Amino acid sequence: MTYFLRKIGFYLVAFWAAVTLNFLIPRLMPGNPVDTLLAKLQQRGGSAGPEVRRAFELLLGANTAEPLWRQYISYLGNLAKGDLGISVSVYPARVSDVIAQALPWTIVLVGLATIMSFVLGVGFGALVGWKPGSWLDVFVPATTLLAAVPYFWLALLFVLLFASFLGWLPVQGGYDVTLNPSWNGDFIQSAIRYGTLPALTIVVSSIGGWLLGMRNMMVSTLSEDYVLTAHAKGLRKARILTQYAARNAVLPSVAGFAISLGFVVSGSIVTEQVFSYPGIGSKLLMAVENSDYALMQGVFLVITLAVLGANLIVDLLYGLIDPRTRSGG
Amino acid sequence: MTNITTVTQQVPASPVPTGRRKAGWRLMLPSATPQLMTGLVLVTAVTAFGVVAPYFVQDPNAINSIGMTPPGGGHILGTTQTGQDVFAQLAYATRGSLQIGLIVGVLATVLSAFFGILGAYLGGLADEAFSLFSNVMLVIPGLPLVIVISGFVPRESRGLWTIALVLAITGWAASARVLRAQTLSIRNRDYVAAARISGERVWRVIGVEILPNLLPVLASQFVFAVISAILSEAGLSFLGLGASNSSTLGTMLFYAQNGFALQLNAWWWFLPPGLIIALFGCGLALINFSIDEVINPRLRNARVHARTMRARRREA
Amino acid sequence: MRPTAQRRLTVEGLCVDYEVANPVRAVRDVSFTLAAGEIFGLAGESGCGKTTLAYAINRLHRPPARITGGSVTFHDVDGGTIDLLGLHDRELRAFRWSKLSMVFQGAMNSLNPVLSIRTQLDDVLRTHRPQLGRAERRRLSAEVLERVGVDPSRLRAYPHELSGGMRQRVMIAMALLLEPQMMIMDEPTTALDVVVQRDILREIMRLRDELNFAVIFITHDLPLLLEISDRIAIMREGEIVELAPTVELRTAPRHEYTRKLLASFPSLTGDRGGFIRADAVAGEATL
Repeated sequence: MTYFLRKIGFYLVAFWAAVTLNFLIPRLMPGNPVDTLLAKLQQRGGSAGPEVRRAFELLLGANTAEPLWRQYISYLGNLAKGDLGISVSVYPARVSDVIAQALPWTIVLVGLATIMSFVLGVGFGALVGWKPGSWLDVFVPATTLLAAVPYFWLALLFVLLFASFLGWLPVQGGYDVTLNPSWNGDFIQSAIRYGTLPALTIVVSSIGGWLLGMRNMMVSTLSEDYVLTAHAKGLRKARILTQYAARNAVLPSVAGFAISLGFVVSGSIVTEQVFSYPGIGSKLLMAVENSDYALMQGVFLVITLAVLGANLIVDLLYGLIDPRTRSGG
Repeated sequence: MTNITTVTQQVPASPVPTGRRKAGWRLMLPSATPQLMTGLVLVTAVTAFGVVAPYFVQDPNAINSIGMTPPGGGHILGTTQTGQDVFAQLAYATRGSLQIGLIVGVLATVLSAFFGILGAYLGGLADEAFSLFSNVMLVIPGLPLVIVISGFVPRESRGLWTIALVLAITGWAASARVLRAQTLSIRNRDYVAAARISGERVWRVIGVEILPNLLPVLASQFVFAVISAILSEAGLSFLGLGASNSSTLGTMLFYAQNGFALQLNAWWWFLPPGLIIALFGCGLALINFSIDEVINPRLRNARVHARTMRARRREA
Repeated sequence: MRPTAQRRLTVEGLCVDYEVANPVRAVRDVSFTLAAGEIFGLAGESGCGKTTLAYAINRLHRPPARITGGSVTFHDVDGGTIDLLGLHDRELRAFRWSKLSMVFQGAMNSLNPVLSIRTQLDDVLRTHRPQLGRAERRRLSAEVLERVGVDPSRLRAYPHELSGGMRQRVMIAMALLLEPQMMIMDEPTTALDVVVQRDILREIMRLRDELNFAVIFITHDLPLLLEISDRIAIMREGEIVELAPTVELRTAPRHEYTRKLLASFPSLTGDRGGFIRADAVAGEATL
């Protein structure tokens, strides 16, 4: 029980750290971001009343005499209300709306790709570790080398191969622009078609890490006494592979999920850029390009929240599958 | 009842391996496998290219009116849309990427060594604090943080060292965790306890007893840090957020993307930079395989066993 | 020796090599027989090959170890003869544990850390006795735990929740689950304290009397074997150098190595310090 409480506590601390980081970064940078922002706003033909200005100042810091901690409290208050500010690049939309519209695309793409990558990587890793010397061995160097290749370059290659050369899949976008986004079969089919190449890039690029880690752990686990005992007991090979070897070998991979998820998220941002995929990553990049600080901060916060949430779920899951963590804290 | 023959027969000794035993530190070096050799060749080749080639190529910034041309006619790898020689750019870009990879690799490793090793050795509150800090930094997604920081820094101030610093600060956490785990396991071993009891100073214990045993892991983490730095920097530059005054492989790809190299099928422009990164990364990954075998000798046994099985299958 | 001298196992000329850079013959031309219900002690110092021999009998040896010669024959109680080295995969799996089970050195790690005790016992039953229902399996598991002195409520526990002695008992219980005709025990009590050790050894002897299985008991602790075995084989550098009934080995050892081993443990009687100092004075172990 203490294990679960500790994990939840940790992630709360981490989230608080991210929020505070978000608060501090603009205030540490040279220049006055609020003025830059408002100037940009005016360029786009918008006008900023005092409330808007105040909201921006809370987000980004201002040269007022107001003490920092007071600003911090108000900032937290706004966050709690879900008020992330007004987007300058998509004026006059609210940041939270912009994010809400782009988020599902990224979650589906990254979520599915990560799960596929994990399952395939761990599965193949287990098989490769189980039988050294078979043809499966070739997977290890192949996928590890793929992992050393930059995501976006791989993405470019895929686009060249599958889209330009072979013409099987579309080059850019999240869906066929002639269709209206809605929950019907046509649209969903189109979304899947457009999402295949980006997902493929992420999977091919990240599968190597899982595979190698799992295979190394399998090699270690197979020399453990309880595996020998399992053989001596005359159990079926399939059962030994799954319940005795793989179930123990997968534990570090699950524990190390945090690191990998960070990479996958990073990779997805770049992948979205290459494919012009309408996810949250491209919104972030658009924000940077347009000095839309509010949107930048908002996206960062949401991405962090999502990553922390995913990690929390995985950590809790770990507590379930490894009985040793549950007793004795 | 039994069928043992003579009882007092002389027992011939089992064959004992002849030759001197390897000196202690030599045992730590990885075995010279084809993997390691390939890795070293790749890394050395790319490094040599980055260091030496810039002295021998044309001016990468010389604009020409011939526009984007495929390889040939005095340009080994063709030209960009502004007529600049791609090969020359490649040479300078490789140097730039290697520089940043090295700088960030060293910085990140130093940071992770500090937070990982020192914290684990001191134990108690220091360890808890360092460990919490590492875990929080680890779990906050790296690239988005880098993007946000870069986004707030005005474009003119985004120099090489700024970017290097930002990458190092966001990239040390994973290594720190690994080093901490290793240090904890070594710290509890008997020879370290002996050193502490005999009154050796903290720095000496760490330097003499713990660090040498951490060397393989440190080496492996350093290699990871360099690969990661090069990839991160490339990604950052590709997004247009990299160091403004330097030219790296990522910057090349950024310009290639903006010059519509992909749509115009100018493979000679965007293929080589990524290929160099890939080859370098592969080389480092292969080297890391060999270091892995030093850290976990069972992997070496697995490989040798696999080779014997294949050989036996071929004979059969 | 027990009156019913039916043979259970015949090992003839067994050779096991380690195929490494400089190949090592770990087991050289070992031959012996095991009678039904017999406790056969196998003693020797570390590295003499006794564990390799034990694993090879059940074909559990792993590369780079390889059996390069000899035969291992199992004589089933219902009359059949099984050539262990020639069994195919499926037959070997069926044979293992149901006719021959093992208790390994340091049972601390012989139990899968992520499965409960019940599941691990169930595994055995489901594989070898698939016709049994769940209730029946539970009953058998509880019964076998009681037999070794472990409370059946521990079925729900995980290995890390049990003490070392209890884990060893669970291992022994698991080994008895299918009522095998033969057991190989490799240093089953070495890592335990002497009180627990005595308890477990008493259990083993009691169970042997009850179920009449044969035991190959492997240890470096010769005095222990003198207490419990019917016959003892002394192994050295891969060879059996002496094999005799216990009393005969104790009183009239024939090989000088046996004599050396027998003289190497201190006695509770005699002059204090006499063991070590006598050695130094005489210049050689009492031969």
